Amino acid sequence: MKVKKKIKTIKVVVDKCNGCRACEMICSAFHANPQYSSNNPERSRIRVIRDPLKDIYVPVYAGEYTSAECMGRDKYVIDGKEYGECDFCRASCPSRTLFKEPDSGLPLKCDMCESDPPQEKPLCVQWCINEALVYEEREEEVEEGEMLGDVETGLEAMIDKYGLQKIADTVARISMSSKC
Amino acid sequence: MRYAETGFNLEVDLSRGSVDRVETDPGLTELHLGGLGTNARLLWDRVPADADPFSPENLLIFGTGLLCGTPAPGANRTIVTTLSPQTRLMAFSMMGGFFAPELKYAGYDKVVIRGRSPKLVYLWINNDKVEIRDASHLQGKGAGETAELLRQELKEPKAQVVSIGLAGENRVYYASIEQGRSSASRGGVGAVMGDKGLKAIVVRGTKDINVADPAKFMSLANDVLKYIQFRATNPIPGVPAILSGLGSPQEMAIHDESWHTENFAWGNARTRRKGFWTEEVEKTWRETQENARKRLISCYNCPMKCGATVSVPNTPVYMMKCYSKLTYTMAAMSDLEFGFQIAQKATEYGVDAFSAPQTMAFAVELYEAGILTDQNMPGFPTDNKERFYWLLDKIVRREGIGDILANGTYWAAQQIGKGAEAYAHNNIKKHEQLPLKLGMLNPIYFLMYSTGEKIGITQIEGQFPQAPFNTKEEREEFVKDWFQVPDEKFKQYFLDWEPRGENSNPYYPTVGMSCEIVDWMEKMHYIDDALGVCAGLSSFPLKPPYHMHNYPLFISAATGMDIDEAELSQIARRNRTLVRAINSRRGLRRADEKPPEDHWKKRFPELEEQLRDEYYKFKGWNSQGIPTKESLHELAMDFVGEDLERRGIIKNEG
Repeated sequence: MKVKKKIKTIKVVVDKCNGCRACEMICSAFHANPQYSSNNPERSRIRVIRDPLKDIYVPVYAGEYTSAECMGRDKYVIDGKEYGECDFCRASCPSRTLFKEPDSGLPLKCDMCESDPPQEKPLCVQWCINEALVYEEREEEVEEGEMLGDVETGLEAMIDKYGLQKIADTVARISMSSKC
Repeated sequence: MRYAETGFNLEVDLSRGSVDRVETDPGLTELHLGGLGTNARLLWDRVPADADPFSPENLLIFGTGLLCGTPAPGANRTIVTTLSPQTRLMAFSMMGGFFAPELKYAGYDKVVIRGRSPKLVYLWINNDKVEIRDASHLQGKGAGETAELLRQELKEPKAQVVSIGLAGENRVYYASIEQGRSSASRGGVGAVMGDKGLKAIVVRGTKDINVADPAKFMSLANDVLKYIQFRATNPIPGVPAILSGLGSPQEMAIHDESWHTENFAWGNARTRRKGFWTEEVEKTWRETQENARKRLISCYNCPMKCGATVSVPNTPVYMMKCYSKLTYTMAAMSDLEFGFQIAQKATEYGVDAFSAPQTMAFAVELYEAGILTDQNMPGFPTDNKERFYWLLDKIVRREGIGDILANGTYWAAQQIGKGAEAYAHNNIKKHEQLPLKLGMLNPIYFLMYSTGEKIGITQIEGQFPQAPFNTKEEREEFVKDWFQVPDEKFKQYFLDWEPRGENSNPYYPTVGMSCEIVDWMEKMHYIDDALGVCAGLSSFPLKPPYHMHNYPLFISAATGMDIDEAELSQIARRNRTLVRAINSRRGLRRADEKPPEDHWKKRFPELEEQLRDEYYKFKGWNSQGIPTKESLHELAMDFVGEDLERRGIIKNEG
């Protein structure tokens, strides 16, 4: 069954990026627990892929986790600048550290800073006052279905890595010991 | 848990090849904050007063500011502190970029380098893993080239690198430390790095930086961002365009260079070219800049765009900031394209873009005056541009005359003799200054030039307008929203300041007012340098987003220390006094504190002495400019007073 859904996106205007990485900083601060208590760009769900001498500045925000490496490793030349395929890809995948928690290795995904009360715009957009990041909303008809939350995305990655049985056993053991 | 800072320094002894992670004393943060403050404290505590800058016992400290790595916009400065080979005093050099936050995320507030490596090495800091590695394959490589090679070698594209070029390796007195898009240039910090046998420091960090009161801190940081946006659409009226906004001068964004090219002196800081900026020049220079500039770029977590990626024909791409765009052009009496081209080479060699072109122009002048001859300079080209390339190569290699010129104009003039001293006419404390030749003495600037220890005038000024406004209405308009003043009296000083008549330079602002104004400006710089906040968002522009009233709130929310304006003021004073004491101990006296003889056409010897006297008193220094025991006691630095007394630098006044 199809339902109307608000689609939230961030338009990236690479020519306006000044490479300051404020988006990385504020993203990690927003997602810290307690909120804003710490920051660490390595935990960010947005990354500026930079190669300053080649004039490459591409802010990319994290999309879905993919459990398999992709086949492509091609290079693309746009306006005389050479980009690797990962420069555009929004997925966290087994072959790169991008969009993974530095401690656990679990995948990170952009949640558009959904919070209660809701933010007017995602924090990276608010902090990019050079307008390289533009928040957009539109309505679309989509198939009804549950979107995966953070925990589920992480669990899925763990299941891919260790197998369902091992994860289930571990969860059982942890819940047992935490009861004691 | 330590907030804002990591609480750990990395201590590296290159003689022994040892690396230690050392927990720091939180009490020192309360006394000095961090950055420059605690750097100065390390220098005072650990470097012998008579140490040679080129000796294993000299320290080379890379300090991050207290707020670096927190969400505070523009908090990204690395403060490099050591003894300068050129001034023989404390070197005072800082850079923006990305190194300081990365170091914090790796878990360190400072990297303290001591000793000297027998062979060229680099330091690889990867969170807790720190290694001293062989760098013999990088010998002679450019600073930027080195950074790229190391990122590839270590397979760490996200690592941040500080490095030296050939000038640093060869201990050129004005060698810089480069960081891709920024550099620590003044005072010869790159020469000390070269003397230690350290080619580069590479850092990669993936840890957290915590703040004590997150909600309060974020609300303050958001206010700063909002104010930056407000100022972008509301430039300050009544001042030249270059002074109406925020950030460091937007040299890479603006095309109109009438102000610099007509007011600053060309060549060896001598030739004013009034009427230089014609339509034709403007057209050519605009085209050159538009073609060369690829992108306006920023330092970490800062929306200002003070730098640019530059690409000119037949020259590798590089990044440039601020005024180095003009320094080579004007020293060589040349065009902008030449400036962009030679700056690439100079940046790779790693030289200070103030001192290097001035020293080269000085050599050309000596040659034209017959003091240097073809005997000293065999094969010296006739074309001025080629001469500059020739000199640059000789200097960074310390070949022939270059070996002497590599020591800067002051020392080179002494070595050359034959009247060359008269040509080294633009130094303060043995260091090349802005090429400015002005008319009437300005009392505020007289004090800043004379007593500043940062060896660069633009690093002291900023909060008070450089000149009076023409009409009372304009002045009234200016003070209306001037909430940054630490005290209302400054508004009145400005309102009463007239371009002509009784209330004009040199006797107005009065001696007393001048002391207070300079002290305020200087204080803000010392706070920025302890916090690691860029002066471009604070102490340098008029009406900035960071000021005396919100800084204590920032510091309290970041660290959990409870601090008010009076206490912050006292810390700034303590840091400033400590820097002075380090230099007093190394022989700095009143006689050293004077601007060049020809800096202003109209001088006022009596007034100048009075200004110095009063400012020293105001600062708690004696008539030689040395901190008194009483003032050191007030600042909880009795140990400094006792040391100065023991050495006979101050007398036992008790």
